[in-house]
Amino acid sequence: MRRIYNKIEQIAGNVITVIADEVAYGELAKITSREGSSLAQVIRLEGDRVSLQVLAGTKGISTNAEIRFLGHSMKTPFSKSMLGRIFTGSGEPRDNGPSITENMIDIGGPSVNPVKRVIPRNMIQTGIPMIDVFNTLVESQKLPIFSIAGEPYNALLARIALQAKVDIIILGGMGLKHDDYLFFRNILEKNGAITRSILFIHTAADPTVECILVPDLSLAVAEQFALQGKRVLVLLTDMTNFADSIKEIANTMEQIPSNRGYPGDLYSQLASRYEKAVDFEGAGSITVLAVTTMPGDDVTHPIPDNTGYITEGQFYLRNGRIEPFGSLSRLKQQVNNRTREDHRAIMDSMIQLYALYKESIEKQSMGFRMSAWDNKLLKYGERFEREMMDLNVNIPLEQALNLGWQILADCFQPAETGIPTKLIEKFWPAAASNGTL
Amino acid sequence: MGCKCGSIESVNCHCGRIVGINGNMLTVEFYGTVRQNEVAYVVLGDARLKAEVIRIRGRYADLQILEEPRWLKVRGHVDFTGELLAVELGPGLLTQIFDGLQNPLPELAKQCGFFLKRGVYLDALPRDKKWEFTPVAKKDDTLRSGDTIGTVPEGIFTHRIMVPFSLKGRYSVERIAKPGSYRVDEVIAELKDKKGSIVKVSMIQKWPVKIPLKCYSERLMPSETLMTKIRIFDTFFPVAKGGTFCVPGPFGAGKTVLQQLISRNADVDIVVVAACGERAGEVVETLREFPELTDPRTGKSLMERTVIICNTSSMPVAAREASVYTAVTIAEYYRQMGLHVLLLADSTSRWAQALREVSGRLEEIPGDEAYPAYLESVIAAFYERAAIVKLYDGSMGSVTIGGTVSPAGGNFDEPVTQATLKVVGAFHGLSRERSDARRYPAIHPLDSWSKYCSIVKPEDLQLAQKTLRDGNDVAQMMKVVGEEGTSIDDFITYLKGEYLDSTYMQQNAFHSVDSSVSAERQRYTFDKIIKILETKMTFDSKDKARAFFQTLTQRTKDWNYVDMGSFEFKGIEAQLDKMIGEVAESAQNIQ
Repeated sequence: MRRIYNKIEQIAGNVITVIADEVAYGELAKITSREGSSLAQVIRLEGDRVSLQVLAGTKGISTNAEIRFLGHSMKTPFSKSMLGRIFTGSGEPRDNGPSITENMIDIGGPSVNPVKRVIPRNMIQTGIPMIDVFNTLVESQKLPIFSIAGEPYNALLARIALQAKVDIIILGGMGLKHDDYLFFRNILEKNGAITRSILFIHTAADPTVECILVPDLSLAVAEQFALQGKRVLVLLTDMTNFADSIKEIANTMEQIPSNRGYPGDLYSQLASRYEKAVDFEGAGSITVLAVTTMPGDDVTHPIPDNTGYITEGQFYLRNGRIEPFGSLSRLKQQVNNRTREDHRAIMDSMIQLYALYKESIEKQSMGFRMSAWDNKLLKYGERFEREMMDLNVNIPLEQALNLGWQILADCFQPAETGIPTKLIEKFWPAAASNGTL
Repeated sequence: MGCKCGSIESVNCHCGRIVGINGNMLTVEFYGTVRQNEVAYVVLGDARLKAEVIRIRGRYADLQILEEPRWLKVRGHVDFTGELLAVELGPGLLTQIFDGLQNPLPELAKQCGFFLKRGVYLDALPRDKKWEFTPVAKKDDTLRSGDTIGTVPEGIFTHRIMVPFSLKGRYSVERIAKPGSYRVDEVIAELKDKKGSIVKVSMIQKWPVKIPLKCYSERLMPSETLMTKIRIFDTFFPVAKGGTFCVPGPFGAGKTVLQQLISRNADVDIVVVAACGERAGEVVETLREFPELTDPRTGKSLMERTVIICNTSSMPVAAREASVYTAVTIAEYYRQMGLHVLLLADSTSRWAQALREVSGRLEEIPGDEAYPAYLESVIAAFYERAAIVKLYDGSMGSVTIGGTVSPAGGNFDEPVTQATLKVVGAFHGLSRERSDARRYPAIHPLDSWSKYCSIVKPEDLQLAQKTLRDGNDVAQMMKVVGEEGTSIDDFITYLKGEYLDSTYMQQNAFHSVDSSVSAERQRYTFDKIIKILETKMTFDSKDKARAFFQTLTQRTKDWNYVDMGSFEFKGIEAQLDKMIGEVAESAQNIQ
């Protein structure tokens, strides 16, 4: 059986076509030309015409480049020696360490049988009140941070990673600026977390196709660790670059686009990655935190829109703060009934009051007279933003709840908060400046 | 030259070979005859992967493979079965968790461990389990398809073993098994048709999922309200047994929580949950929690009345389409036993997207947002499978279908939502504004509608709806003229609207008492609130009016949180009456 070919029929975008026999869908090939060599993956078969996406891009590839089919699909090594190491989107070392070839595993494996999952039960404390109190992060959750360019989303990601009590951190960087890559590396090193981290980094300067592989590599490795009972946190930044790479390949392959040029299977493509987040019955877990930058700050753009339908909530990061509206952790109900009995009441009523504050602000900006009620809301909103929303605030949950009561008591009468009377009786601070029972 | 069946490429040949692979679309050259929508198996080593024929052109058939296509090769062998995609029906479906192709997932986990394995197809109904059979038909009885041969107990239900739905005409009973325990695949009856040929019948039968079951004497108008114990549903936008409803909404507006609540509390015999292309985590919640929860109607675990079909978003896309049809066919099967069945499909948009994906690969001419032109008719045909019917024996059975829709960007003007709205009887539109303000369930009270009967008096409902509309009008006006430009009467109307909204339309899904409210309690509370809305009120200032309503709201919410009939319930009710009495009195004094 012939496995080496020397005649490329077509080169378009990052996809080449060769005439070959006995090739399997998803098989890997090695392309060697004057520029060097690259891996390529089979993405379509039509009779004996084989289309491959070239990981390193097609720049400089000549029609007589050597194409050798390898007889296996894309794999990654998996071993403890990967901890502390940095790899590229094709799994090659990016640091100066040796390449690892032991224990090769398939990437993009099958999905987990739902009956082998358990209901997530463990809260991940972050010290950020907007997360801990209002939208609690839960082990095995998949959650994106919706943001726009210029916001400190990578810093937020790094902070959560360092504060969360997990065994292993896997960072998948897609289309990262080189500075951002260094930022992550340095902050992990500085805090001594690098020894429990593995980094798969695709920078903006690297070939597009490698970008598509980063989530698969990261999650395949994470899955193996989780099966060994480890609690793994996977950070993916930025998934918008991943989706754009998928679009690029789909368009090259002349697929009919569905919405703004994105292929119809964007939802399934994103879902098959995010759904790797799991809490295994009798083994470890994978928590996925991803950044999605919204083009034009538009949440209805296909990437954030499809993402929102897949993930278990989302955090909106805007003006350096996690927005209370729209931000949501769907799994918070699983844990916030076991934290403290007032947790849910504080969470709901503070947000409802903050929504009213926003209405008052609107009225004020239109020049209407402020009623006594409006003035209370203005006082409240201002304190809420300063003492709770600010990302620099770093306090544990209990303390944050107490602070919530204090702010409410300083601004309102108990009845105005809409909190059930029983909780008011128990938690309303006695020495409040402006509220008595 | 690829025939392996020995018929050497004659019309009887059922072989084919792959000539092209594009994602989950295969192009297969065939030699004999193929049927549109028949099932074929793609052979890969020892594994046989299920696929469905979706287009035939000349010697080539296009197949959507219902599994991962990885590692298939051109020239790979394909076996056509000549059968349409079908499900197994019989005792043992309840409490099960199936994937979209009716593979029992717990069994699969036992065999394959943590991960799903492609090409593994297990029996949907356990073959080793024995069922206690009681014959109903007698020798020489004349029966037709759908008639009861005998019964077996299945959990809390009497499961009817019926004459296979695929048999046409009349049959006489030649032989019937004695009472006793039998496996599902044992012959329990022999039927003879007019020509004298014998049909052997077991407890198991197959039915193609895409063809509706029609073994009933007539289809009736849905009129009885299906209680969901959610106030905004039953009182304002009710659903009827045998009817249809849809819940579209942007992500994060609470579609899934709503569906879970309905699946727990709905007043039906059986609930079929089709988790179609959604998160696996949500299915896990259902399948871990239901066995622990008690069904208030029967005192047994909720799981005993539930079947879960789950094809979550990371499972093969083409099987997603199959999953909703599998679910509705199982629902229809239980309807044939005179039971009321509710099918919840979450989410129909994912199914529509699966259609779009396939259509794109077939290079069909795309319609709006690249959905295929047949989207509307496919959706309509699916919802039309909901019905309340009178069976041949006079008993009634129903299938109610509720589907969620996940419109892109939360914009209801997209093809799937619009196609769905045309064919459903109730529309519960979720709004981002309301969910942002934590007003749950975030069903928009002004946009939503229902064509079915409410549990409260129509004139009271009209008053409540008028209050909401008027309150909303005042709120809109206040945005322009401000509070000081609003008359006190208008302001009170606004507060009444807000009061109704926050104490009745909103409901706490996570509170033990408030999460499910009986019809009796809904009528009682609603009466009280209507009285409050009807009360004439005057206040010295807007601040006083607001303070009054804030207290009233909080008391009423407290009232919602205590058990009906308890001491506290009466106590709070007395407080409410007192507050209203005082306000009404002062209003009268001023007049």
